[in-house]
Parts: sequence; structure tokens; C-alpha cells
Amino acid sequence: MRVFMLGWEFPPFISGGLGTACYGLTRALDREGVQVTFVLPKMVESDPSTHVKMLSPSSPRRRTWHEYADLKHVKFRTIHSALDPYGTPETYRERIEKCLRQKRLVHGEKAPETTTLEANYAGDMYSEVHRYAAMAVELAEGEDFDVVHAHDWMTYPAGIAVAASRGRPLVVHVHSTEFDRSGEHVNQRIYEIEREGMERADKVIAVSYFTRNIIIGRYGISGDKVEVVYNGLDRNGNWPLSQTGIRTDGRIVLFLGRITMQKGPEYFLGAAKKVLEVMDNVKFVMAGSGDMMQRTIEMAAAMGIGSKVLFTGFLRGDDVQRIYKMADLYVMPSVSEPFGIAPLEALGHDVPVIISKQSGVSEVLMHALKVDFWDVDEIANKIIAVLKYPPLQMTLRSHGNFEVRKLRWQDAARKCVQVYREALSTVAV
Amino acid sequence: MASVCFYFQVHQPHRLRHYTVFDDHDRYFDDHKNAVICRKVADKCYLPMNRLLLDLIRRHEGRFKVAFSLTGVVLEQFERFCPEVLSTFHALAETGCVEFIGETYYHSLSFLYSRREFLSQVRKHSELMESLFGQRPRVFRNTELIYNNELASLIESTGDFDGIITEGADHILRGRTPNFVYRPVGCERIKLLLKNYALSDDIAFRFSNRGWPEWPLMADKFAGWVHEVNGGGQVVNLFMDYETFGEHQWQDTGIFDFMRQLPTEILRHPDDNFKTPSEVIAAYEPVDRMDVPHLISWADTERDLSAWLGNSMQSNALHEVYRLESQVKKTESDMLLRDWRWLLASDHFYYMCTKYFADGDVHKYFNPYDSPYESYINFMNVLDHLRRRCVRHLKGGSAKGASSGNAAPALQKIC
Repeated sequence: MRVFMLGWEFPPFISGGLGTACYGLTRALDREGVQVTFVLPKMVESDPSTHVKMLSPSSPRRRTWHEYADLKHVKFRTIHSALDPYGTPETYRERIEKCLRQKRLVHGEKAPETTTLEANYAGDMYSEVHRYAAMAVELAEGEDFDVVHAHDWMTYPAGIAVAASRGRPLVVHVHSTEFDRSGEHVNQRIYEIEREGMERADKVIAVSYFTRNIIIGRYGISGDKVEVVYNGLDRNGNWPLSQTGIRTDGRIVLFLGRITMQKGPEYFLGAAKKVLEVMDNVKFVMAGSGDMMQRTIEMAAAMGIGSKVLFTGFLRGDDVQRIYKMADLYVMPSVSEPFGIAPLEALGHDVPVIISKQSGVSEVLMHALKVDFWDVDEIANKIIAVLKYPPLQMTLRSHGNFEVRKLRWQDAARKCVQVYREALSTVAV
Repeated sequence: MASVCFYFQVHQPHRLRHYTVFDDHDRYFDDHKNAVICRKVADKCYLPMNRLLLDLIRRHEGRFKVAFSLTGVVLEQFERFCPEVLSTFHALAETGCVEFIGETYYHSLSFLYSRREFLSQVRKHSELMESLFGQRPRVFRNTELIYNNELASLIESTGDFDGIITEGADHILRGRTPNFVYRPVGCERIKLLLKNYALSDDIAFRFSNRGWPEWPLMADKFAGWVHEVNGGGQVVNLFMDYETFGEHQWQDTGIFDFMRQLPTEILRHPDDNFKTPSEVIAAYEPVDRMDVPHLISWADTERDLSAWLGNSMQSNALHEVYRLESQVKKTESDMLLRDWRWLLASDHFYYMCTKYFADGDVHKYFNPYDSPYESYINFMNVLDHLRRRCVRHLKGGSAKGASSGNAAPALQKIC
């Protein structure tokens, strides 16, 4: 089986669940012997890694790839693009403008790269998505593959184009939808792109039944072609157990994720306030960044709990491990969470979790406390119980840790292979 | 001669309402939910089955007999939520073919944690049986058939009972049959009846299982199996939850028809008959000693205590609730004592069981909570509040204890 995969982010530059999922799935597919051509966007200027620096940005169609030692059957192809997995039309515009400003600062108004840059990256995100599709078609010319597999909406147009130009079946993988990201304030253009991707796909993979229901109910896709493949968790040996030295004598309740509407930061604060009414030695740590960060900081201050809520900004690598080591409890009050890999990681680090019922991960985790994201009283009730009763924490931790070990990317990969086969057979008929 | 000895367990706990750490009132128990469940089970099981048994007893003119163990807490609920059930039990008692067995009034695990509380609950239950049904129990069964040598000795020492009922677990039988009467190690007088779990479970669990080779189970076939015991045993103890009839096995499985036919089929063999536990004890002598040094129960395949004591939440909750005993009793408040005792029901701890939780099985079916964790949190929040009430009461300032949302049942006044 050969797969042309339109994905996102690879270590060490992973900014969220989508990158983690693409990486985990691809590694597992590799172990299944599936040949993957992994295509991802890379913005040259912002990327410090050495292999990118070797490129000449003046050659717009230049491809770059390098190999990860443990991946035997995976080839990487990058396309110069400013697309990023959590971008919005606004952030995209900002990103481009910032880039242009930097260029001008370094090279002056007439720097040659400036013009190349403008030529390389389309001015708005929608055009960029289509430019990316055109680049992908060109890139696919030199590749042999059986199936096209595209992850989330920005790659759907590329998936459609590549599948059509080469006459191969298309599988789209829905890690999140516009309804998760924006609630009822849906961006119509993005919705259209998502729906077209799902409609044109031969098979749609949803990361949970929660998401499958949205795909069927909100996008009008026939349930026959929507399969659920849960994400997994990779455990690379033992995580380092080094002492952090940061630990205070108080307890730490952790929010880890992008601070956006979707993740429900205000419900976390609401619960924190309730908890602090009856408990004193607790700190609430919000690790992550996002468009609601400023508002959330202000909200905490306005609620009078500013000194009890700590913001760390975006964490990566060892810092993530460290924060898990410090935490007594992880809370994910997401308003709409297609899956939610972070709670699995928390459990993998022996941190018990409270998760929103409005999440895909609540379908696979039994040994977790579950709440409605809006039920601030109940979130607080459960936070207090975990902090107050060690046997609860102990039981959640031991069973939870055991439970996540059973969620393996290998199983997800096998299901994907099954989906590829079905996609191929529908095309053959 | 093979005697069939039926004993049915009837119990419903007082389920708790959702109680958060922020709640500050003493209406711990969910009257609405308890009433709904009680009436539902009454309609599906207690009423139709009681009527059927009454009919069978009359039809067989005293040759068909059964025994019941009714907890105090289920009788309290019958009185409040469906008194007609209580009157059908009265009618059964009046036939003279029904024996009532002794147990802990509150369906508690008190034997494991407090002998004083245990004996007081056993006494309270016996008094209730006597006042309601005019007979003082002579045979004892402990909650969930939890048993060991020590329990037998303790029960014998009360002088109130002639026999004990427990599970015929393989590892205590060691190749012997449960179809005889035994004598517990360390006892001189008391006798032991062991549940024949194979034949009991054919009715209680396998009856409607279409994958079971013996399905559909008919009364004549079952009577044949009982008859085969002749020569190798004297009594077949069929012990099960009463809710088997109509609730666990729905009416459309044919369970009522099976029971309607069974006495006729059993009595077709002139060698076979029905006996109550006391009659079995009077009729047969022990054939051997039964040594049970370690605790057993009738739960799950393990037949141990792991359904109530399998994880640290359960042992913590049990430990904490019994730790409150002396404080609660010191208050001498009837309401505090009653609330505390309602919390002792083994069901609350069963709900916290994480064994098999992920597989979603029989444990889940009986569980009003979404998860064992929810039930632990709820229980601990209530217990915490009860503890604060005790403290307040002992400090002397509490008028709150009197204003309970749960009306004190008249049953309690009877005793």
C-alpha cells in the first residue's frame, strides 16, 4: 500500500494535537509496511532547521525532504507555504505581513527575497490553500501511490486535486470541524471547503463518534462512508522522572492546550474560583497560548483570583513533561473537542484527568472524570474531590494509566489501512 | 429424597441524590428515584411474583414452600412507596409455607467493621420480622452471603439461630457437594446450608441466554436435574435475588411460566419435595465439617469481597463511614443514626467497583452512577456533611437534624 499523505508538522516542531496525530499515525503506518509520501507545508523564513536552510528560496518549486532514521517507508516532501495547522484567515495575514516586515528590516525595501516571498505566498489564506493544491498536484507527478489521505480542511483542496489528477481514491481525515473551532459563528468559506472535501472523498475518517455525528448532521455526509478511527498514544519508553524543583507545597490543577474559545478557558476559571472558595493551597496553571489568552488573564484578575492562576505561555518538549510532573490534576473543559490527545498524555504521565463530555476522548476513556463543559459547579466539585481524597486520585491514576496503554497508534494505523482498502474497492467498482 | 429449598433475596437500597461539596442540607437520599425504582420493580416483579407464589402455595396445598430474606431498608421503601407489596408479603406469611430469614437490617457489611453494629442490626431485623410477619427468624444469611468460620461462631453465640446460609463456593467445598447440610468448623449446634450455584444460576442468570445449550429451560427438564441429586445429596438450595423474576429475567422470557410449572414437575417425583431452610435443618444432619477460614461471598466468579473492597476508594469509603460510628451514636440523634445507617448499605460500595467497569457488564446494570468515581465522590461528599452535622450536634447547637427531607418511616416506630 502506498499513500500520498497531506499532513502537518513533524517533531520537533509540533504545536498541537493535529501534528501529534499525523506523526503518530505515520509512524505506525510505517511499521505496518505502508509506504507513505508525507507532504507538509513549511514556511522557510520561520524555520530554523538546517535542512531547510540549504534550499534556495528563489526557486519556488524546489522540493525539500529528509528522512527520519526510524521511518523506513516514509518519504518527506515539503511545500513552501505559510499555512499552519491552527491558522485562521486573520492570523495568516498577520503572519505574512510580519514576515514581509522582517525581510524589509534585514534587507531594505528592495531586498530580492521580498518579491519572491510575495510571489511564493498568496495574499490571503483561501488563495494560499488553492495555491498549495496546485503545488501538491505538481509534486505528486513524480510519485507513485494508491491512495490520497488528507488531514483537515486546509489540505482538502490539495487532496481533491491530487486524487482527481491521478485518478486515485481520496480519504479525508477529520481532526476538527469549523463547528468545533468556531461554535455557531461558522466561517462559511471554510465550511464550504470542508464540505466539498468530505463530499468528494471516497472515505471520511472521523476521530470520534462525536465528530462523525457532526459530519453527518452538519455536513450532510452519508454515514456509510464515515469511519471512526480513534487516535492513539505513543509512549517512547519512560518519560524522564527528573525533579523539577518548582513544586510548591500547594496542589496544582493544570489546563494545557490552546487558549481559544474551543478549549473553554473561561469554564476553567469559573471552576477555579469555586474551588478557591473552599480550598486555599491550590494553584491553577494554564499552559498554552491562543487568541483568548489576553482576555483570560484579564478575566482571572477581574474574578479576584489572579494570584492563583498562572500562565506559562506555549510549552514544548521538556517543559511539557515538567508541567505534567508537577500537576495533581488535568482539566480539559473543551466546548467541542473532536478527540483530545492531551488527556491521554496526562494519563500517560500519571496525572488524573477531568474531561468534557463534549469530546471524542470521553468515548474511549472510562477511567476519567467526565463533566459537561458548562457545568462549572460540577467541575469544581470534581476538582475538589480529587484534591481532597487521595484514594480517588490513586484509583484514577492507576486505572487510567493502564487504560491509555491500550490506545495504540498501531490499531489506528490498521484501521486506516482497512479504510484505504475500502476506498480502493469503491473506486474499482 | 431430594428437597428443594428456595430462598429469595429482596433488597433495594436508599440511593443517594447528586450531592456536591457545595451542598449544605441533609436531604441526602433521592426519594424520587427510589420511589420510581421501587414501583417499577414492584410492577414487574414483586407484585406478580408474590401473587404467583400465593397461587402456587394454595394450589399445592402446603407442599410448595419458599423462604425470603427481606432487608429492613426495602420494607421501609415498600411502606412508603408501594404498600400493596407489603400486604402481599403479609398474605404470604399467613400461608404458613413461607419462612423469613434473618440478616442485617441495613444490608450492611458491618460484620467486617463493627461487631457491635452488626449484632444490633441483626437484632433490629429480627424484631422487624417478628412484628411484621409474626415469626422470629431462625436461619441467618449475612449480606451478600459473606461468610467465614468466625461469622458462624458469632451467630451461634447469639443463640438466636439454628442455621446459616452461604455460597457453595468450589474452593470451600473442595470436591464435596453443596447438596448436604454441613456443620461449620468451631460450631456445635448451628448448621450450614450451601447455595447450589450451578442450578441457582441456571434460573437466575442463564435462563434467557439463547446461546446456552440448555435454552429454552423448561420446568420438567429442571425438575429432572433436581431429581438426579437423589443418592448423592439431600437438598438443593436455590438461592437468588428475587428480582430475577420479571426484572433480571423479563416476563417475556417465560420465567413466570417456568415457575408456575416447576412445583408440579418437582412434586411429580414422589421422592422429591419442597422444604424451607428451617425444615431442612430439622430434617437433615450434617454430613461433614465445613472449614472457611477466609471470607467468601456470592458475588462474581471470584466469590470474594472484591466487588465491595476491590479498590482503594471502596476501602477508604468503608473505613471512613465506620469511623464515624461512635460519633454518630454519641449524638443520640435518631435522624443522624438513620442517615448513617442508610449509608452502610453494601450497594454504595458496590457502585464504586472498578472491576469489569471498562467492559460494562452486570455491575453497570445495577449502578445508578455513570462511573465508580462519581459514586465515590458523591458518597464522600455526603459523608463529609454527615460528619459536620455530628460535630455541630455534639457542640449542642443543631436544630437542623430534625428538619430532614426524608419522612421517618413508620416501620422504624414499630420496632
